[in-house]
Amino acid sequence: MRNNHSTQLIFELSTTGRTGVQLPACDVPQQEIEQLIPAALLQSEAPDLPEVTEPEVVRHFTNLSTLNMSVDTHYYPLGSCTMKYNPKRNERIAAWDGFAQLHPYQSDESVQGMLQLLWKLQQMLGEISGLPAVSLQPAAGAHGELAALMVAAAYFHQQGETRSKVLAPDSAHGTNPASARMAGFDFVTIRSQADGRVDLEHLKENLGDDTAVFMITNPSTLGLFDDQVQLIADLVHEAGGLIYLDGANMNAILGISRPGDFGADMMHFNPHKTFSGPHGGGGPGAGPICMTETLRPFLPNPTVTFCDETQTYYLDHGTQESIGRVRSFFGNVGVLIRAYCYIRTHGPEGLRRVSETAVLNANYLLSQVKGFLGVPHGDRCMHEFVASAVSVKESTGLKQPAMQIAKRLLDYGFHPPTVYFPLTVPEGMMMEPTETESKQTLDAFAETLQTILQEPIETLNNAPHSTHIRRPDEVMAARQPIVKWTETAD
Amino acid sequence: MPYTYNTPAQQDEMLQAIGADSIDELFDSIPEAMKLGRPLLIPPALGELELTAHMQELARQNSNITDNVCFLGAGSYDHFVPAVIDTIASRGEFYTSYTPYQPEVSQGNLQVMFEYQTLICQLTGMDVSNASLYDGGSAAVEAMLMAVSITRRHNRVLVLESVHPEYRQILETYFTTIGTEVVTLSSPDQLSESLDETTAAVLMQSPNFFGNVEDISAIAEQVHQAGALLVCSVDPISLGILKRPGDAGVDIVVAEGQSLGTPLLYGGPYLGIMACREEFVRRLPGRIAGQTVDQDGNRCWVLTLQTREQHIRREKATSNICTNQGLFALRAAIYLSVMGPQGMRNVADLCLQKAHYAHQQLTQLDRFEAVGEQPFFKEFVVRDKQNDVAGLLDKGEDFNIFAGVALGKWYPQYEDCLLIAVTEKRTIDEINQLVEVLGS
Amino acid sequence: MNAEELLYCDTHEWVFISDQDGQKLATVGISAFAVEQLTDLVYMELPSVGVAVTAGEEFGEVESVKAVSPLYSPVTGTVTAVNEDLPDNLDTLNTDPYGAGWIMKVAVSDELSDNLLDYVAYQRQCGEAG
Repeated sequence: MRNNHSTQLIFELSTTGRTGVQLPACDVPQQEIEQLIPAALLQSEAPDLPEVTEPEVVRHFTNLSTLNMSVDTHYYPLGSCTMKYNPKRNERIAAWDGFAQLHPYQSDESVQGMLQLLWKLQQMLGEISGLPAVSLQPAAGAHGELAALMVAAAYFHQQGETRSKVLAPDSAHGTNPASARMAGFDFVTIRSQADGRVDLEHLKENLGDDTAVFMITNPSTLGLFDDQVQLIADLVHEAGGLIYLDGANMNAILGISRPGDFGADMMHFNPHKTFSGPHGGGGPGAGPICMTETLRPFLPNPTVTFCDETQTYYLDHGTQESIGRVRSFFGNVGVLIRAYCYIRTHGPEGLRRVSETAVLNANYLLSQVKGFLGVPHGDRCMHEFVASAVSVKESTGLKQPAMQIAKRLLDYGFHPPTVYFPLTVPEGMMMEPTETESKQTLDAFAETLQTILQEPIETLNNAPHSTHIRRPDEVMAARQPIVKWTETAD
Repeated sequence: MPYTYNTPAQQDEMLQAIGADSIDELFDSIPEAMKLGRPLLIPPALGELELTAHMQELARQNSNITDNVCFLGAGSYDHFVPAVIDTIASRGEFYTSYTPYQPEVSQGNLQVMFEYQTLICQLTGMDVSNASLYDGGSAAVEAMLMAVSITRRHNRVLVLESVHPEYRQILETYFTTIGTEVVTLSSPDQLSESLDETTAAVLMQSPNFFGNVEDISAIAEQVHQAGALLVCSVDPISLGILKRPGDAGVDIVVAEGQSLGTPLLYGGPYLGIMACREEFVRRLPGRIAGQTVDQDGNRCWVLTLQTREQHIRREKATSNICTNQGLFALRAAIYLSVMGPQGMRNVADLCLQKAHYAHQQLTQLDRFEAVGEQPFFKEFVVRDKQNDVAGLLDKGEDFNIFAGVALGKWYPQYEDCLLIAVTEKRTIDEINQLVEVLGS
Repeated sequence: MNAEELLYCDTHEWVFISDQDGQKLATVGISAFAVEQLTDLVYMELPSVGVAVTAGEEFGEVESVKAVSPLYSPVTGTVTAVNEDLPDNLDTLNTDPYGAGWIMKVAVSDELSDNLLDYVAYQRQCGEAG
């Protein structure tokens, strides 16, 4: 049962003189601080932080945690985010001293087990993607996109070509255009057809000798496999450009189809999604990138290499062509360890079955909701699908039905799907059940959706009814942003 | 199948509801030619027990800093992590929730973000903080990109050579791509001649990569005179005693937040801290939580200023960043809460005292000499007069001591130098042993 | 100002042209229709006085919670004044979009574009869009 007394901020719990730690006495001869550092560079008083005890801290944050929905506690079909079960064995292993207590500047000799793991992960990701040149450095999917686009820029530069444009369909994640701009490219949006596939004519009109990269998410953000992808790759390659695959949706095709086999030159994985990892309220992620052999010299460094002669693993700091570093140290190793454990737990058959089950679950859910909620892109999907609540708008007069249904779902204890994305589907509700949900859960979710649609319109208008807070005023938050606590903030 | 539940009978029911004969049929939209048609060439599946044994075998081949004594630093530090952090941060409700798109069921994460932002402002003296970026290095670069966008000076930026060499490398990687010149200065003395009206910003670090405390205020004054912005990377632990960067005139503060309650993790995931002056808030990259009220008038929190971000502004966004390091921002928030003002002051003082003791003991030996006379915090450089840094490190490892970081690979002029970090965790016995081993 | 006497861009900015000592002065704002469509405005970025604006090109932005809309200048010229109070009082756009809700004044340096619509034509366009 929730503790409803606990709604204060940590700062409001502060009592002068309290502390939550007891540090050891100084065991070396002590000197006055001012003798070691000039007074002008010092702060005369201790930082202005809250003063609370350890039990207060534990109760405060534990109570806060109970205000979150999470995969461990709730069904969480947040489309595009692949909120699958987070295996506890991986968490235990990643926390071992032999992995967690390693300094990034230890000698290669002293971390051979870690380097072996990372090298094997490079090999496995190369095999799963069909793109053998791998860098584990990027810290997140968007970071991987950016690094890969920098690789493309370096590659074209070396070829003596100036190619200024990155293209992507209108259904792409917002990170695609943002990454393109950060990598110094102009961005061109390519239209999708009514069936969700790329509009080839529009693509052709925009292809030319200034085309650097076409970024495609396949399966797409609509949960569809674009069977034109090989054709698109051929067109882009003919124009001299490269194909980038946004690997956000790899959960649909593990062991079934490989980006390297359908024309992609580069891609990133989101291991925290596809290969499970803690989501931690927004991160960490990781964004390993995989490429063709041609592009290997340009990869960000370091990568891990195996030396046959000495039978040892070492950090390879790359060649002159490398774009260089995109992150300090090696990368988000903790996330990579979990991905390694996940892949080893499943093996070739298991990974394939992950995708088969994810696709089966998504298709089953689609079959259960299409009777009462429009699914504009057909009766079949890959690992997710986008329903549209537009018909509900017409039949009930709800102003923003997708949002209102989402809010009402909260009352029934379900995390809602992703709403209003992709931008191409009006009143879109993107549902991704993942493979780790049971038929019973999917049935309950579909039944709940149907129930909600039969409820009086006022019930939806005022939803949610049972949550800790209801309908926060986002306009107020954005007009006069209060982004930190001050003693007078209330 | 380790993590799925549906029985074959249930699968058949599901297929029937879908109207498909087989699971394979669901993949009909993928042309045959694009299918792999063979099993992946990866090792066979392991059960939990076998996986655990396999991972133990790998872990055993790593020398960890629990079994060894760690004097390595250079941006990643062996500070003490109180148990409450692991206990709270591993709760499933924090661990397995995602970006708070639905504020009604994310108040825990949102309030943590808001508290984290406040704690970072309290620690740094800045006006506003975001809810975290990837790590210290990419935060430094994001700050420089932000400074270019604020000043609209796209020509050049300056960076001091005493900034972490890997941060400088990331800066080079990013800025080469967009065609902004990065000029590296070997000393702050060169600022006056290098700053001009086309310079967007200066990136500095204090305590710098060599552990030295810089006079930030003096640099800030010069930078501002040229109409440029000052970006400073700091060590959050040092702010227990050092002047707050916000009070020293810094425009954008960045930091590696690993020291605040996160273990070394062989380099990541860590925590990118970023805070700035009020007037730049709409240029700040990353998520930001803001306070508001709900329809019943209850105080609550939401993601705010979202129009800065990629999912809305796409190619015009302040950054492409999407995920943050929520889990590590949570760890930092818990760390700063349990430490409080006195804890932060104590830990900083302990680092300072122990580092100076180690420095004094080492430089008393014939073999070593101090490098430079600038004040330092918890890390310092010594020169090996025998010019055998590699030999020293090997010798240290023989005695289970990671003695320091060799500087030669980044700074040819310091080929005979060692960077040594001493945190509050090092005891006088461990320091004496380091001195004995390196001196013998 | 009377909405019926203004000229409009198809991007929903309005402009009123007056003559000041032989210099054409344009007062620019956004239409009531646009304000209604944007819903719950939260932020506005104004140009600086003295900058040059070009007909059909961006001069600022308005934001709602989850959308950004660029503002396009109806005229070419130099900004002589901006409504400094507006960003802090965005409700003015709802209450008086054609008066107190003006955004900027521009000293016009070029012929007016043929693309500007009169009230009737603009209303027709909004009818189609709505």
